[in-house]
Amino acid sequence: MSNKEKHWEKTKGLMILTLAIWFFFGYVVFMFGSSLNTASFLGYPLAYYMCAQGSIVAFVILIFWFANRQEKIDEEFGFTEREGDD
Amino acid sequence: MFKGKFIDNLPKIYGLYTGGFLVFIILMAIAEQAGMTAKTIGILFVAFTVCIYAIIGYLSRTVQVDAYYVAGRQVPTVFNGMATAADWMSGASFVAMAGGIYFGGYTYMAFLIGWTGGYVLVSSLLAPYLRKFGCYTVPDFIGTRYGGNLARFCAVVVLALASFTYVTAQINATGTIASRALGIPFELGVWVGLVSILLCSMLGGMRAVTWTQVAQYIVLIIAYLIPIFWMSNKNGMGFFPHFMLGEEVARLGELEAQFGLVKNAAADVKAAGVPGGLKSIALPHAGVPDGAMAAWKFISLVICMMVGTASLPHILMRYFTTPSVKAARKSVAWSLFFIALLYTSAPMLATLSKLQLMDPNLATGIIGKPIADVMQIEWVNSWMNVKQAFIADFNGDGVLQLNEWFMRGDVVVLATPEVAGLPYVISGLVAAGGMAAAMSTADGLILAIANALSHDVYYKIIDPKADVRKRLLVARALLVIIGAAGAYIASMRITSILGAVAWAFDFAMSGLFFPLILGVWWKRATRQGAIAGMITGLASGTAYLIYVYPKFMGNPAWLGIDHLRFGIIGASVCLVVMVVVSLMTPEPDSATQKMVDEVRVPSGKTILGKQH
Repeated sequence: MSNKEKHWEKTKGLMILTLAIWFFFGYVVFMFGSSLNTASFLGYPLAYYMCAQGSIVAFVILIFWFANRQEKIDEEFGFTEREGDD
Repeated sequence: MFKGKFIDNLPKIYGLYTGGFLVFIILMAIAEQAGMTAKTIGILFVAFTVCIYAIIGYLSRTVQVDAYYVAGRQVPTVFNGMATAADWMSGASFVAMAGGIYFGGYTYMAFLIGWTGGYVLVSSLLAPYLRKFGCYTVPDFIGTRYGGNLARFCAVVVLALASFTYVTAQINATGTIASRALGIPFELGVWVGLVSILLCSMLGGMRAVTWTQVAQYIVLIIAYLIPIFWMSNKNGMGFFPHFMLGEEVARLGELEAQFGLVKNAAADVKAAGVPGGLKSIALPHAGVPDGAMAAWKFISLVICMMVGTASLPHILMRYFTTPSVKAARKSVAWSLFFIALLYTSAPMLATLSKLQLMDPNLATGIIGKPIADVMQIEWVNSWMNVKQAFIADFNGDGVLQLNEWFMRGDVVVLATPEVAGLPYVISGLVAAGGMAAAMSTADGLILAIANALSHDVYYKIIDPKADVRKRLLVARALLVIIGAAGAYIASMRITSILGAVAWAFDFAMSGLFFPLILGVWWKRATRQGAIAGMITGLASGTAYLIYVYPKFMGNPAWLGIDHLRFGIIGASVCLVVMVVVSLMTPEPDSATQKMVDEVRVPSGKTILGKQH
């Protein structure tokens, strides 16, 4: 496999992992909304809390994490952008 | 004081701007104490902020193509995040979201999840690749990746349809706020709103819109957060409301049980003469409805809003303006951070304002009080006069029950400062914030449509030899025409804010989502496949909308997919057709495949030249 292909394999892997986490916080949690709501967090019913803050905060952290990981992958294969590439 | 380049001084410039705005708020507060009338304060707030935006718009004027279309590709990560957040958060987010949660509780909060989670798709699937491509517009990517004017044109059609449905709602919102704050008729307010919007974008295109959007974000977030913190602290409900309203949410549950959640019969509501668009609370605040169907309704709405987010051109084009691919990725993260500041606050605002009205132990509570007394309250009176609030004594006992109090969703944000007894300066601030939110989104949308028409249709298809001066002239003329068309439709009052906003997401996902991501992630995707996908996706989605929308054919929704969720049908059809047709047609030529390989690598030159 060429360098480019390996880079793309890793990039794809990261994309799938990112979307799996996204799927959990965006969908799986809310499939079980009514049972989750019996638990509580910070005094809020859990499903309500996930809607109001939990999942949203998870998405923010997820994107920052993804961006850092992808930068590392780019670095590993020597695809980091230099100033004046454009 | 400002040495070096403009870009290097950004933190200083916007720091000063924020300080100046806070000083302005304090001056207004002092003026209010000195006896300035509420009306004057409202006018000053809106006029002052709009003037600042116009000045920024004028200072950012440009005669260069890449500055006009992509702000010269030098917008720093964090600032692009703020601009995207303002671009994203519309009048609907600002004015109607807390109201939606107020009435819909948990079920409405599907919008919160959908409108934030979509950014994960943007960052992992699209933004960095489109940035590497170096396109000016979204159809520019489709046209170059798949080749040919037909593909480009189809993308322009989807873009225009989705963005235009969205923009009328935004101009509508600027009109509503301008008319209320300036005391002019709505029809005139719409045109005042349009002029303000065009002042920000006409001379400088994307560059001007970027710098005004940053300014608008600062105003709107201050305007949203101050009342929430103030109210929460004033009532002793918690110093930091986001983490400390658990008891209040529980208390709402108790009150709901005490008063009873009654869904009024449509016939009763009509007989009582409740004005259209006004609602009473009939759904639990934090309760989750039982059953698989309820969960599916929640999740299907989340799907539509997320996928729609990742297909909306006015958002994607913001990531064309960053200096690098790396910056585009980070910038998505910052965008969502700035959006989350407002979105996580909306449920808190809804909780606080609901409790203020419902809790009989609070001085502000109205539910369970004698109707004659409630009618005496000043804010109740003034909102009833403009038909935004209504009382219908169904059981004739002279006491206001929960199901007898009607109001419009927008009132939750706009009236809460008054309800809570905050000084009027806060109401003026909220009006300025709402105006900023609606204007910034309208600007982004109008620019997205005008740029697609001027760059993709005029320059790429009609007259590829046009010089820069002519291209920018056409771009500006289109900006005015599209804005005027939107304002004209808004002034006819045929759109309700949220119905139209959700539709924009559905249209965009029906026609654009799969052609965009498969363009990057599937080399085998062909021109014929993309064209067939865009056409059938948009057509089937639209046909389903007509089939199911109560005001059109009004047929029962299939599997709970109603008119807010028609994008599920459109996008599925688009995916299937695009894959099948792509596999039936010969694979793309080696030049195209090489181009896709190049897009996947962050370093190196953009696919399209700096000026194209």
